[in-house]
Amino acid sequence: MSRIGVFVCHCGENISRTVDVEKVAAEAARLPGVSYACDYKYMCSDPGQSLLKKAVAEHGLDGVVVAACSPRMHEKTFRSAAKSAGLNPFLCEMANIREHCSWVHEDREEATAKASDIVAMMVARVKKDKRLVPITVPVTKRALVIGGGIAGIQAALDIADAGHQVVLVEREPSIGGHMAQLSETFPTLDCSQCIMTPRMVDAANHPNITLHTYSEIESVDGYIGNFQITVRKKARSVIEERCTGCGICSAKCPQKKIPNSFDKNLGLRPAIYVPFPQAVPNTPVIDRANCTYFRSGKCGVCQKVCGPGAIDYGQEDSLIVEPVGAIVVATGFELYSISEKPKGSPIKGYGEFGHGTIPDVIDGLTFERLASASGPTGGKILRPSDGKEPKQVVFVQCVGSRAREKGISYCSKICCMYTAKHTMLYRHKVHDGQAYVFFMDARTPGKNYDEFWRRAVEEEEAVYIRGMVSRLYQKGDKVVVMGSDIAVGLQVEIEADLVVLATAVQPRTGADTLAQKLGISYDRYNFYSEAHAKLKPVECATAGIYLAGACQGPKDIPDTVSQASAAAAKVMTLFAKSELEREPIVAKVNERTCVACLYCRKVCPYGAVEEKELRDRQGNLIRVVAYVNPGVCGGCGTCQATCPSKSVELDGYTDEQIMAMIESL
Amino acid sequence: MHGHKEKHAFEPKIVAFVCTWCTYAGADLAGTSRLQYPANTRVVKFPCTGRIDPVFILRAFQKGADGVLVSGCHPGDCHYMAGNFHARRRFAAFRQLLDFIGVDLNRLQFSWVSAAEGGKWVEVVTELTERVRAMGPMPEFRELEAEECWSGAIDTPELKEAYETIP
Repeated sequence: MSRIGVFVCHCGENISRTVDVEKVAAEAARLPGVSYACDYKYMCSDPGQSLLKKAVAEHGLDGVVVAACSPRMHEKTFRSAAKSAGLNPFLCEMANIREHCSWVHEDREEATAKASDIVAMMVARVKKDKRLVPITVPVTKRALVIGGGIAGIQAALDIADAGHQVVLVEREPSIGGHMAQLSETFPTLDCSQCIMTPRMVDAANHPNITLHTYSEIESVDGYIGNFQITVRKKARSVIEERCTGCGICSAKCPQKKIPNSFDKNLGLRPAIYVPFPQAVPNTPVIDRANCTYFRSGKCGVCQKVCGPGAIDYGQEDSLIVEPVGAIVVATGFELYSISEKPKGSPIKGYGEFGHGTIPDVIDGLTFERLASASGPTGGKILRPSDGKEPKQVVFVQCVGSRAREKGISYCSKICCMYTAKHTMLYRHKVHDGQAYVFFMDARTPGKNYDEFWRRAVEEEEAVYIRGMVSRLYQKGDKVVVMGSDIAVGLQVEIEADLVVLATAVQPRTGADTLAQKLGISYDRYNFYSEAHAKLKPVECATAGIYLAGACQGPKDIPDTVSQASAAAAKVMTLFAKSELEREPIVAKVNERTCVACLYCRKVCPYGAVEEKELRDRQGNLIRVVAYVNPGVCGGCGTCQATCPSKSVELDGYTDEQIMAMIESL
Repeated sequence: MHGHKEKHAFEPKIVAFVCTWCTYAGADLAGTSRLQYPANTRVVKFPCTGRIDPVFILRAFQKGADGVLVSGCHPGDCHYMAGNFHARRRFAAFRQLLDFIGVDLNRLQFSWVSAAEGGKWVEVVTELTERVRAMGPMPEFRELEAEECWSGAIDTPELKEAYETIP
């Protein structure tokens, strides 16, 4: 006969408000096999855990059910409490009577009955629980960082400085990300490139960092401590080891009229190019879609002029396998474009703003390139249509953001600050110019942020108009901005020379595809989900994968750097041990009944199932059975549901345990 | 705030088989968001919908469930890469089998509810509860169990006779 203990938590009032916890405990005490039941105000508190430990010792309990919050919240807490009381931690189960009961039902009677049912189910289950011993697996002390923006660089440098090997993978030909595109940064107005480019060089020169630029993640296998990453290194058509970065190829390339996407298509670049002068690595790449040689087979100028003979037109994509123990995802963001509606996006587009057809309506990042000293205009504010200096510039905030009817309900967080910065940069460069800002609110939480915003309004004389813009249209060489000023309750019309839209921050295109490869979850906007909004802000629910920067949600540079360092610290914590304990939720094969049909091998997503030969003492083959490698098994249990002879069992989720729960209904 | 709640003559029992990564987390989110839904559902947690054996569904019906919900991650979002695809294929076949033996398929619902879809969990559970409530109890399987339950005895005349006939 089992000796089960049931502990019903009040969770302050969170549970006891709608669930009669005393009644639940009393009913639990009557269940067969339950030898102790009680209720307590806060089970997760220190006295609550002591109560559990004491009861285990005093009543000789061989199983424990804690009826409290979700096991996703506190299963670890109570299992370790059970463990310190001398009980196998896997003999401790949680009955979720908070998230699944007290918080979602108002009727006290119904909620109490449901809570009792949930407890009874878990009591039935815990009786069938087996003692399990955690599996130890070796940890590969190498980290993968995906994304070479400021987040990825920071995380890579931190981990590398701690003495671990880091593989940094960047999709573009150069690391640097968006920060390399910015002109100056709020709230200090220090030049972005001046603080970014040294970090880029540090990352590239660090002895512990392997850099794969112009590369993408092809596939991800394995699990925490033991990932196998396949990286697709796209063909640069330039042999990196030979290239000296002299730049003659770019200078001599006859095809020079390709819009430069780094400059938001304001400038032009040749077909063989480095995206920007400070690029790291300073190795060019041939844009095959626009290269005359690749299009017509004639040209080959770059190959002729290249001294070291680094040009290789026949180069192909190569696949590199990197074993790593942890992954930091830092894929960053992109700005929502009003011109086109992205495929499958919930966003509806901005027809009233001309759908991006008005040349002097640009986004914030384009303005950064205009203001940047290394930008296409050399830092002069000149409008794209005719290259004239704009005397009236209208900035529109919250374009796409905080607009539920447009498809995005969140605040993009950085726009209030960067628009204030833009008005200042503009004023510093065009002294007689006037900046207008249409805004909903000025959101300036952050150290020295509000002071910075006030400076824009009070000292730099930007005119802030509280209200929304309804329409933009071209009139002669002006862009007419029709909006409202809700402070005075009037319609406003401004004939602007240039309009800058602070468009919404969105995750990178393809963020969902990468998430599927990594097996991490993401929200409806494709921002990656952290394991817990407050207590695990950098961890993914998938063990061994961490998040840094704007791929998790809109973030400014200080927040991004903090999160990147936090993710690095998590990786270092993991690498501090040479072996890792894994939950022993793995499948096991009953060799006596297995007939080696190996359906399990067909359905196993991890390739954990192998054939095993059973031999007698003379070494003669008796028969073949399936064998599950516990180090590779992910614990999904698909094999068990598939097995026709019921010879596979997933520890922790055995048929006996599940059936016991169903029987108790 | 607490509106008057309608009392029904029949309250169905719903068993939900869910995966821990998406739907269980989605149901947790419904809780943290304090959304309200009928209290008829009892959740059984699995690592993955791929682990769910159709036998569990039959057993749930036998043990008094009037409706069964199976829910996991959206296709392509499975924590274990492909478990939900196996589940989908398995249940597509299983549904036809249930249909063949005369189970009203309205009692069985499959859905995808992600960890971010607390609202969808509420919708799915509420809809199924209301539908099954309208259909009334499902006694067929329960009776079946009582009738055909094997006593466990092995020395009955019937078994002996069957044994003799084995050539």
